[in-house]
Amino acid sequence: MALNPKEIYDQLQAHFGEAILTFEEDAQVIVIDPTKTKEIGLVLRDTGQFKFDFLMCLSGVDYADGNLGVVYHLYSMMHNHKVTLKVKVPKDNPKVQTVEKVWRTADWHEREAYDLIGVVFEGHRDLRRILCPYDWEGHPLQKDYKQPEFYQGIKVPY
Amino acid sequence: MIEVIEQVEREHQSKMLHTEEMVLNMGPQHPSTHGVLRLELVMDGEIVVKVIPHIGYLHRCFEKHAEAMTYPQVIPYADRMDYLAAMNNDHGYAIAVEKLLKIELPERVEYIRVIMAELQRIASHLVAIGTYGLDIGAFTPFLYCFRDREEILSIFEKTCGARLLYNYIWIGGLSHDVHPDFEKEVAAFVKIFRPNIKELNDLLTYNKIFVERTARIGVLPADVAISYACSGPMLRGSGVKFDIRKNDPYSIYDRFDFEIPIGMGEVGTVGDCWDRHIVRCREMEQSCNIIEQALEKFPTGDVAAAIPKRIRPPKGEVYARVENPRGELGYYIISNGTGNPFRVKARAPCFVNLSVINDISQGHMIADLVAILGSIDIVLGEIDR
Repeated sequence: MALNPKEIYDQLQAHFGEAILTFEEDAQVIVIDPTKTKEIGLVLRDTGQFKFDFLMCLSGVDYADGNLGVVYHLYSMMHNHKVTLKVKVPKDNPKVQTVEKVWRTADWHEREAYDLIGVVFEGHRDLRRILCPYDWEGHPLQKDYKQPEFYQGIKVPY
Repeated sequence: MIEVIEQVEREHQSKMLHTEEMVLNMGPQHPSTHGVLRLELVMDGEIVVKVIPHIGYLHRCFEKHAEAMTYPQVIPYADRMDYLAAMNNDHGYAIAVEKLLKIELPERVEYIRVIMAELQRIASHLVAIGTYGLDIGAFTPFLYCFRDREEILSIFEKTCGARLLYNYIWIGGLSHDVHPDFEKEVAAFVKIFRPNIKELNDLLTYNKIFVERTARIGVLPADVAISYACSGPMLRGSGVKFDIRKNDPYSIYDRFDFEIPIGMGEVGTVGDCWDRHIVRCREMEQSCNIIEQALEKFPTGDVAAAIPKRIRPPKGEVYARVENPRGELGYYIISNGTGNPFRVKARAPCFVNLSVINDISQGHMIADLVAILGSIDIVLGEIDR
């Protein structure tokens, strides 16, 4: 039976209590605690009424207000319902628990979010850069990112 | 005593014979990596122990560019992500922004978009099948595939002037209407193309050498495919009947009657390379069905009627997904109420599909790795964005 995001929020709230922070009414997004993503992910993946076995997308976001965020778009093949989870972390300490072992697809998505946004996923087995070169400095999709003048001794705006 | 010495000697010898693992670089310049992909292979003789893909050689900051552009200006960049399926990319992006803007589209626009998307799907699959044959060693099917693809590109060229990167599907409509002979030409193409699929199957799909090279190779079980969020022919090849056009319909796909082909392990195991290949072949037939049904009900109207003068979506966020020839193409767009998107994230199907390669190629020969990589059907422009 397909559930709507509000019902999922209520059930998660009953299960986890304080780890489920708020429900953004206009965007239908559940905001969760960044240190509990794995536990919440496991429950969402395995519990009969949720069965969110398909992580469609994992995106890092720089909200430009001193916070970074990660957005999880989940889909259930069995029940054909969707839900969006969101975590927010301060930019000076951007640590989020990894969900790489819950959904294997999160491996590369998290590497991309680390590479471009700078979110650090704690517990990730192989958190390397993925799209930028391995010796690149900075995280290009941050809103205050400055293009470097030199890369490996070569002037960048050549 | 002598026996013990012999035993020790034998053990010593067997240790001497044990070879070290070798690290081999495949790419970034290699004909079968379909672009600039580097695979770091850990090899035990001819056997693949581990595959470590290194991507990003074609990274051109699509997402960063998109933040500096207005919404319509992003479309040419979306074209250049998956350059073999530019129409589908534009379609996905347009749908995402239209969801933010809450625009209702004229019927004619929807029908033209669906026909274009399905023609593009056929063209893209033809490249995938042709180059897959090339990877395996069959040169002729490649020429047959490109002969048919040429017809589709001619139709696109006549409509919008471009053969590869169209900028044709705009937010709220199309850049301009189709050319006067469009319906006739598309109908003629479908009529000619249907028997060609059978010809292609006779030539390549059921060819004994091709079957030997692809059956029981790179088997991807359904649960692994779902955990890796594989989509498109990758997922369907593993026997999962899932197609966004049917399961989560967008545009007007719920009006058409078509089948979802899945891999059934006809010549090997469910989820092997051959299954992924046959799904592509059968999808082309289904695309023909959709095009024919769309042509029957092709409505008249103004294609520019719903194009907004000023595109400035209200604050909010949206995730829209469409079925690209390679799988689920998603766009996550955050709007902050200005003319430029605050964040655009493209969920590229190839990026996700490629991440499974280490799991499905362990224990295979290095020559089979080429077959596995070809069956994933990657486009590096989309992986690296």
